Amino acid sequence: MTGPLPMDRLEWVEGWGMAVGAAGYVFRPSTLDGVRRVLELAAERGVPVVPRGAGCSYGDAAIVAEGIVLDTSRMRRVLAWDPETGIVDVEPGVPVADLWRYVLGDGWWPPVVTGTMVPTVGGVLAANGHGKNAWRRGPIGEHCLELDLMTADGAVTTVSPKSDPELYYAVPGSFGQLGIVVRARLAMKRVASGLVEVEAVSAPDLEGMLRLLEDGLGRWEYLVGWIDAFPGGRRLGRGLVHLARHLEPGEDPEPAQTLRAERQDLPDTLLGIVPRSVVWRALKPLTNRPGMRTVNAVKYRLGATVGEDARYRQTLAEFSFLLDSVPGWKRIYRPGGMIQHQSFVPTGRAHDVFAAQLEACRRAGLPSFLAVLKRHRPDPFLLSHGVDGYSLALDFPVIAGSRRRLWKLVRRLGELTVEAGGRFYPAKDAALPGELYRASFPGGELDRFLRLKARLDPDGFLRSALADRLFTSG
Amino acid sequence: MARRFERALIVGASSGIGEALARRLAADGCRVALVARRTERLEALETALNEGGEERVRGWVHDVRNRGEVPGLFEEICRWLGGLDLVVYAAGISHRVAFAEYDTEKDVEVLEVNLLGAVAWLNPAAARFGRLGRGTIVGIGSIAGDRGRVGAPAYNTSKAGLHTYLEAIRNRIARTGARVVTIKPGFVATAMTEGLPGLFWVVSRERAAEIILKKARRGVVTAYVPARWRLVSWVVRAIPSRIFRHLRV
Repeated sequence: MTGPLPMDRLEWVEGWGMAVGAAGYVFRPSTLDGVRRVLELAAERGVPVVPRGAGCSYGDAAIVAEGIVLDTSRMRRVLAWDPETGIVDVEPGVPVADLWRYVLGDGWWPPVVTGTMVPTVGGVLAANGHGKNAWRRGPIGEHCLELDLMTADGAVTTVSPKSDPELYYAVPGSFGQLGIVVRARLAMKRVASGLVEVEAVSAPDLEGMLRLLEDGLGRWEYLVGWIDAFPGGRRLGRGLVHLARHLEPGEDPEPAQTLRAERQDLPDTLLGIVPRSVVWRALKPLTNRPGMRTVNAVKYRLGATVGEDARYRQTLAEFSFLLDSVPGWKRIYRPGGMIQHQSFVPTGRAHDVFAAQLEACRRAGLPSFLAVLKRHRPDPFLLSHGVDGYSLALDFPVIAGSRRRLWKLVRRLGELTVEAGGRFYPAKDAALPGELYRASFPGGELDRFLRLKARLDPDGFLRSALADRLFTSG
Repeated sequence: MARRFERALIVGASSGIGEALARRLAADGCRVALVARRTERLEALETALNEGGEERVRGWVHDVRNRGEVPGLFEEICRWLGGLDLVVYAAGISHRVAFAEYDTEKDVEVLEVNLLGAVAWLNPAAARFGRLGRGTIVGIGSIAGDRGRVGAPAYNTSKAGLHTYLEAIRNRIARTGARVVTIKPGFVATAMTEGLPGLFWVVSRERAAEIILKKARRGVVTAYVPARWRLVSWVVRAIPSRIFRHLRV
């Protein structure tokens, strides 16, 4: 078949942060045969294909200019569920929201969830996403028992850690460059309640933040730190830490009720009055440096005074999916959008590197509007971002006049990470220079990955803007 | 908000305003696809603009009268560019005709190059930009299209037609966020104006390119190059026909 790809498939496809995007021909198959036909079409036309879930990667992971975007979001069936063992088979387009809603009523919860429930299982697997319990549970790939991978030639292979460890440990974190995950078997985690117990503590500086997180290891399932990235000097890295654990059997007087999905839903209004859907509009006028400096300072002050040492119970969904609490909040960053940068640094170097990064942002006049600290551990995946240490995620608005300066800053942040033997999480990235990403794999992991890719996709049809930028570009 | 152009297609790029635009865009780091009829000139420009670096400029030999080639070329170019932010239709010819000369062959050629070629290239561009809700189309018209004059009926018609066509596609796609910019140059020092008597306010093609890109980035509806021609055009258009026909302009 020759001739142009159908114009009615052409769409502007962008990263979640809206700062990068490209025109692509979007196909939304609902069946395996449909996915295969899309791959065949790509081969016939000689155009690249990138798989895409819910489009939640911040940058260019699910974008390919002038190529085919294989959107799996219509493949959203739960194929099998065993409430006795907690093992679930899902299609790739099942959103995290559907997954937890499906299993919670039987007393199960996904062992790893992202900060929003919008991403698809296929997308989270492609990125090998992690949650606030990454220090304990690792990334999602560790909870996948097997997956069906459709390679570029249309063949489907079932891969598990036992059947083909080399391939299995290369797929999560490969962003669809080895094949399309068309089924995943995941092991859920038993929970005795639909609630978690949360403790909030403040720290006056970065050292205090890291100490609080380190002290929480072993005692809490979930650890997450929020940093006010605006102040420097003695207050550099001040913030709030939230620690949470699942309730033990007997702690929740009515687990049958709290385990109902309906009871997990966030109320439609804040304080019973303000519709959540309009909150982003109220935040929009504050989305500038002075406004965000104030918002961050007020948040810290409130946390360090009235919120200090607060202990309370929250639903699993409310605690886990904080990013969903203000629907459409990314719109505050229009028109330029936003980017995020997340560095993973070994424990011994974390303080110095993160302090230098926060200082570099301040010096560049580009302080992060939202900064989040998490604890991690190593994992067995080929393109792992897990280190025995910490990650710092920094959100930046993209403004036309400062775009070049921002990209330069990201390079500097990346250099600091690489010098410390750290890693990066491409799902959060849009601006890291490829040579820094490649330098974060000094053990030849990327070469092994590319050899595997050459075997499975010899013509290189499975491509993305991210892969071109990070995996192969000069 | 001013737009940045990272991927541009210029039709009629081997000389005149098109060439100057290509040079300027390439100097700004833009990836540029050049479409032109004259192979040697195109290759020379391509070589000059790629000198000492990676391939950021590539040429396609094409006669805009071959409209059937356009859909395939357009997709190929978009793929090579890795997207498309800006399309400039700068192809244009003008035959010198005597006062009483009515040469259909010459006139049709002018209409084919200046108007029908534009329709062939800008239709897919408008369809694409309208779908995507972004992108800028620039059509190089002329102040000569503002009035039917005795010296060049077909040229006047081709440019007037182009202006109307650009307005029509603007009205179709502007609401999506795409932009269509009509450029009306006065006298620009190019091969087309070389040796013509009675020229004034002549600007270099480099200066014209600079003004055009500035206007394109801002997404204005119509720009005269340079701006003072707007006043001239207003006066010329205000002259009643019964007087204008006696002026021999």
